[in-house]
Amino acid sequence: MKLTSERMAPWAAYLVVGIGALIMLAPFYFMFVFATHSRTEIFSLPPPLFPGDDFMNNLKILTERLPFWRNLGWSLYVAIASTILTLLFCSMGGYAFALFDFKFKNALFGLVMATMLLPSFMNMIPTFMIMDLLGWIDQPRALYIPGAASAFGIFLMRQFVTASIPRDLIEAARMDGCSEIGIYWRIVLPLLRPACGTLGLITFIASWNNFIGPLIVMRSPEMYTLPLALRSLQSPVNTEWGALMTGSAIATLPLVILFVLSSRQLISGLTTGAVK
Amino acid sequence: MKLPVRLRLSPKWAPYVFISPFVALFLIFGVFPLAFSLYLAFQSWEPTSGMSAMKFVGLDNYIFALQDEWFWKSLKNTAWLALASGVPQHLVAIPLAYFIHSSFKQLRNGVIGAYFMPYITSTVAIAILFSSLFSTDFGMINVGLQALNQVPILNWLVPDEAIDWLNDPDRIKPAIAMLVFWRYVGFNVVLYLAALQTIPKDIYEAAAMDGAGRLQQFWFITLPSLKPMIFFGVTLSVIGGLQLFEEPFILTGGRGGSDQAGMTTAIYLYRMAFDFNDFGAASAMSWLLFILVALLTWLTNLAFRPRGPAA
Repeated sequence: MKLTSERMAPWAAYLVVGIGALIMLAPFYFMFVFATHSRTEIFSLPPPLFPGDDFMNNLKILTERLPFWRNLGWSLYVAIASTILTLLFCSMGGYAFALFDFKFKNALFGLVMATMLLPSFMNMIPTFMIMDLLGWIDQPRALYIPGAASAFGIFLMRQFVTASIPRDLIEAARMDGCSEIGIYWRIVLPLLRPACGTLGLITFIASWNNFIGPLIVMRSPEMYTLPLALRSLQSPVNTEWGALMTGSAIATLPLVILFVLSSRQLISGLTTGAVK
Repeated sequence: MKLPVRLRLSPKWAPYVFISPFVALFLIFGVFPLAFSLYLAFQSWEPTSGMSAMKFVGLDNYIFALQDEWFWKSLKNTAWLALASGVPQHLVAIPLAYFIHSSFKQLRNGVIGAYFMPYITSTVAIAILFSSLFSTDFGMINVGLQALNQVPILNWLVPDEAIDWLNDPDRIKPAIAMLVFWRYVGFNVVLYLAALQTIPKDIYEAAAMDGAGRLQQFWFITLPSLKPMIFFGVTLSVIGGLQLFEEPFILTGGRGGSDQAGMTTAIYLYRMAFDFNDFGAASAMSWLLFILVALLTWLTNLAFRPRGPAA
C-alpha cells in the first residue's frame, strides 16, 4: 500500500502541475484565436476554439478607430528610451554605491531602498501636478525620464558590482593611468553586461506594460501608448471585440517572444532580493 | 587623445559625478512628489484655478476621507480582494512549487515559464481578454462551467444558470480575484521554488530513513523551512493587494462596476483626483491607505517573526 502511494505521487504531481500550466496558458491561446475572429464569431455558441480568418479585417477596424501604428510607435519609443536611460544612470549609480565611499552614501542608499516598497498610487497625483508644471503633459519624456530613477535598478546594479567586480581591478586600472570615466566605460560597463541584460529586459517590459503612468500624463489619443489606446476602445456598448483582441494580441506577442528567449534570466532578475 | 591630468576627474569627485544623474531624477521624481503629496493633503485646491488658489485646511481632508462612506466601501472592497486573491495564491503556490521541485527534471524550466508568463504580460491586454472570457452568455468561463455542469458529481459544484460575472455586484469581486490570482500565482511559485532549493537534501533522506512519508516530510520539514519565504511572499501580496488598480479598473471599465462593487481604494483616489478634481482629499486618502499598508506589513512581520533566539 505504501509502495503504490509512493509510486503514484509523481503521477499525481504531473497531473496537477500539468492542468495548472494549461490554465495558465489557455487565456493566451484564446487571445490569439480571438484576434482572428470577428465580434459576432467571438460572441457565439460555442465560442471559437481555432484560428479564423478575420485578422486583417480586425486590423483594419483597429487602424480606423485608433491611430494604432502611432500608439504602437510611442510604446516602442518610450520603452527603448527608458531602457537606455535606466541602464546608463543605474549602472553609473550602482557602480558608485558599490565601489566608492562618499558623503551620505549609506543614508542615500537607505532612502532609495525605502522608496522601492512604496505603493505606486502614492506618486500618482503629485506626479501629474509636477508634469503639468513642467509642461510635460502629452510628452513622452514624462514617461521615460522619471522611470530612469529606478530604485530597483540601483539595487540590482550595486549587488552585481559588489559580487563581480573586485576593487583591486579598479585600483590597478587607476595605477595604469586610466581615467575615472575610462574605468567606468571600458572596464565596469563591459563587466556589467549580464546585469544590464536583466535590468534592460525588466525595464523594457515594465515600460511596455505601463498603464498608470500614461493614464496620468497622456491626454490626447494620438499620444496614447498601446495599453491606453486599447483601453479607450472599451465602451459599455458596441465594443469592437475582434479588433480589441487583435490589438491585445499585438501588444502581448513581443513580450511572449522576449520571454521565451530569456525566461531564465528574466525570472531570476525579477526575483532578486527575494533569493540570495 | 588623453586629457591633461589637471582636467581629469579625480577619484575623489568621481562618485558624485556617477551618482548625480540618478540622484537628480530621484529627488525630482521620487522624493519631491512624496513631500508635495504630504503638503497637498492639508490643502484645499481646485486645479483649474491655478497653484495660488491653494488654501491650508488642516486635517479637513483626512476628516472628509474618514467620513466618506465611499472611501470605507473602497477599503472593504480592497481588503476583500486582497484576501480572496492573496490567500489562495500562497495555498496553491506552495504545493505546486513542492510538486515541481520534487517531480520535474527536464520539463522544469518549461513548466516554470508557463506559470510565470501571466506575470510579465500587459495587465491591460489580459484584463481586456478576461472581460470577454467573463461575458455572461458567450464567455469561455461560463461555457466551461456549463460543460462541467453536464458531468455527474461535478454538477453539484457548478450553478445551473450562467453567471453574470461583470454586472452582478456579488460576482464582480470573485471575477477580479480570479484574474489577480491567475496573474500572480506563478510569481509565488518561483519564489517558493527558490526557497525549496536551499533546503538540504540529506534532511529529507534522514527523515525517510526514520520512516517519514512524503506528507510528513512536507509538513515537518518543507513547511517550516519555507517560513521566511512565506513571510516575504505574504508581505509582497499585502502590499500588492492593497494597491490593486489596473485589473479592476479595466474589468469595470474604469468606473468601479455596478454598485461600485469593484472599486478599490486606489481607483477611488484616482477618481477623486481626476474625475472629481479634489486633489487634496485624494492625497489624504493616499496617505491613509499608505498607513494601512505599512501597518499590515508590520503585522505580518510580527506574525512571522521567529520567537525566541533568532535563527
